[in-house]
Amino acid sequence: MSADAAPVRATAPDASAGKFGRRLAIALGPIIVSLVLAGCVLLAVGVNPLAYYGFVVERGLLSPLGLQQTLTRMAPLLFIAAGLIVAFRAGMWNLGGDGQFLLGAVAAAASAPLLVQTLPSWLALLLAFLIATVVAMVWSLVPALLRAYQGINEIITTLMMSFLGVSLANVLVKLAFLDPSTTVPQTRTLAVGDRLPRLFETTITSGLIFGLVAIVVVHLVMTRTAFGLKLRTVGANPRAAIHAGLNVPVLTVAVFAISAGLIGMGGAIDIIGIQGNVRADWNPAYGLAVIPVVFLARMNGFAAIGFVFLLSVLSIGGESAARRLGVPQHFTMVLISIVLITLAVAEYLGHRLNQARKV
Amino acid sequence: MGGFFSDTFLTALLFGAVTAAIPLLLAGLGEQMSEKAGVLNIGIEGMMITGAYIGFVGAYYSGSFWIGFIAGAAGGMAVATLMALLCVRFGLNQIVIGIALTLGLEGLTALLHHFQFSRSYPRLPAAEVTPIPLLSDIPVLGPALFRHHLIVYLAVAMVGVMIWVYKRTQFGLNLQAAGDKPAALDVAGIDVIRTRTVAVLFTGGMAGIGGAYLANVGAGLFIPFITNGAGFLGIVLAMLARGRPVWVLVGALIFGGCLSMTTAAQVAGIRIPTDVIQMLPFLAVMAMLVLFGRRAGLPAALGIPYERGAR
Repeated sequence: MSADAAPVRATAPDASAGKFGRRLAIALGPIIVSLVLAGCVLLAVGVNPLAYYGFVVERGLLSPLGLQQTLTRMAPLLFIAAGLIVAFRAGMWNLGGDGQFLLGAVAAAASAPLLVQTLPSWLALLLAFLIATVVAMVWSLVPALLRAYQGINEIITTLMMSFLGVSLANVLVKLAFLDPSTTVPQTRTLAVGDRLPRLFETTITSGLIFGLVAIVVVHLVMTRTAFGLKLRTVGANPRAAIHAGLNVPVLTVAVFAISAGLIGMGGAIDIIGIQGNVRADWNPAYGLAVIPVVFLARMNGFAAIGFVFLLSVLSIGGESAARRLGVPQHFTMVLISIVLITLAVAEYLGHRLNQARKV
Repeated sequence: MGGFFSDTFLTALLFGAVTAAIPLLLAGLGEQMSEKAGVLNIGIEGMMITGAYIGFVGAYYSGSFWIGFIAGAAGGMAVATLMALLCVRFGLNQIVIGIALTLGLEGLTALLHHFQFSRSYPRLPAAEVTPIPLLSDIPVLGPALFRHHLIVYLAVAMVGVMIWVYKRTQFGLNLQAAGDKPAALDVAGIDVIRTRTVAVLFTGGMAGIGGAYLANVGAGLFIPFITNGAGFLGIVLAMLARGRPVWVLVGALIFGGCLSMTTAAQVAGIRIPTDVIQMLPFLAVMAMLVLFGRRAGLPAALGIPYERGAR
């Protein structure tokens, strides 16, 4: 059923001179419309939209501290986006990012503080990173096998596994990996000195570099290699893929493993680079927030970097606004989904306009 | 501790199972119609949470549970209208729009709740029950199964209505065709878009009532993200039921039982963290998908927008 996985209609190639201008209008128009629509929501709850947007831009983008936080926030989000791009391009709807992310984070938080006691810190971090990756991969095996060999719709199984994974991560934090030295339910903390180094004289984590590398590599593999072509063939037309002699079940499992592995890496980076530990009931729900971003970027890795940056600005600015202006973080979710819907509608209207012109 | 297997405990367990099953039943029956007609309605979670919020607001300000249910249905249908416009009429990707609607409405209802109720967290009074004469006097089973709000009996009766619609009406056949071979339906002179739109609106209404029941009767108040995957469980039920309304009811009762066990175990003082208990329904879902998922026969054109003349 995910044969036609392209989420948005490709606009017909348009060789006219105003191509760039039109593209810009198509990209910016819906965003402005969305800001207005979301602004109406703010008005309805008695918040001045201009003041809110101004505050978010100021705190997430313009203030030096905010910008550094934004760039740091990008690190885990880029890994998640990379993982989702692999899955979506291959026509698999991996909607279980939250569970995979949290289990990866918990695996890293459980292993890193113990490993640094005996190993050199770079090796400890590398091992924790790999453990997190493997844990997330294993977690994706159930939906992967069910999809590959039983043909069970992965949308549902990954969602269910995500609910399970979030609960399991909490259980692990509270029962298995509890830090005995504090009363707060959380894992052992990785000392700041043992975490991934920061970039230059800033507070930006070097995880950002890893994230950028991950998403660019994913983009190039998916678009420039034979392996990427195989995966996209499976995504575009599974039956054709079988006729082309591809081992679709094996590729399906591989897609899930790579996708979940990357998302697990995101969890690891968040812990060994930024947080240092996992607190009980911590669930930033990055997985769900990044899904619309990947759609907006049309599964293009480079475009995704830009949209992840925007998401980070919104989420850092939004967190600040939640404390200062009393507008809960949930507003960011509302804004992103309005952008996604208006953009989809705009593309539809553009497509219709193109068709009408041709006839 | 009143003993794990005392009569009162058993009654409470069964009563809780029915209460937890009703939202799932309503969502599952609703989703079933969408899926039959070829629309995979991932937005059902968003319809449910909207129904829960609007339904709670309606019941809270009017003081009437019935107005709450009607408001919930209207809220769910409003979201469904948007979904039908975007996914059925415009033919946009059902999964993308479904996720966007779910995320956006979860956020929006949490936001509205924050500004409206987060200081007071108002509760509704307990819902009035309609005991069924004679049956409700059976020991243990009577109070558990036959002392519920009237909407519960109506929801169960909907199973019969749905069977009748699918088996005995022209509209039921149209739905089936819209999911299996929409082009054939179109050739027969019946509007595919309209058939699917009606199905999506029905889903929205049912999910909305389910959400309103969850908030008003189940919890007595609205909490952000209160549906917590109930809409998705409805999708699973519809998938596993393979188009048969009776199996939606059976599945809803099984999952409802799991959900009820989680609260019962806590009441009984079993010392397990709530997170372990919360995994139970989802474990049950995965187990059922592993056991029966292979046979989940889905309509041929599920998830594919219909465009006349397109190949």
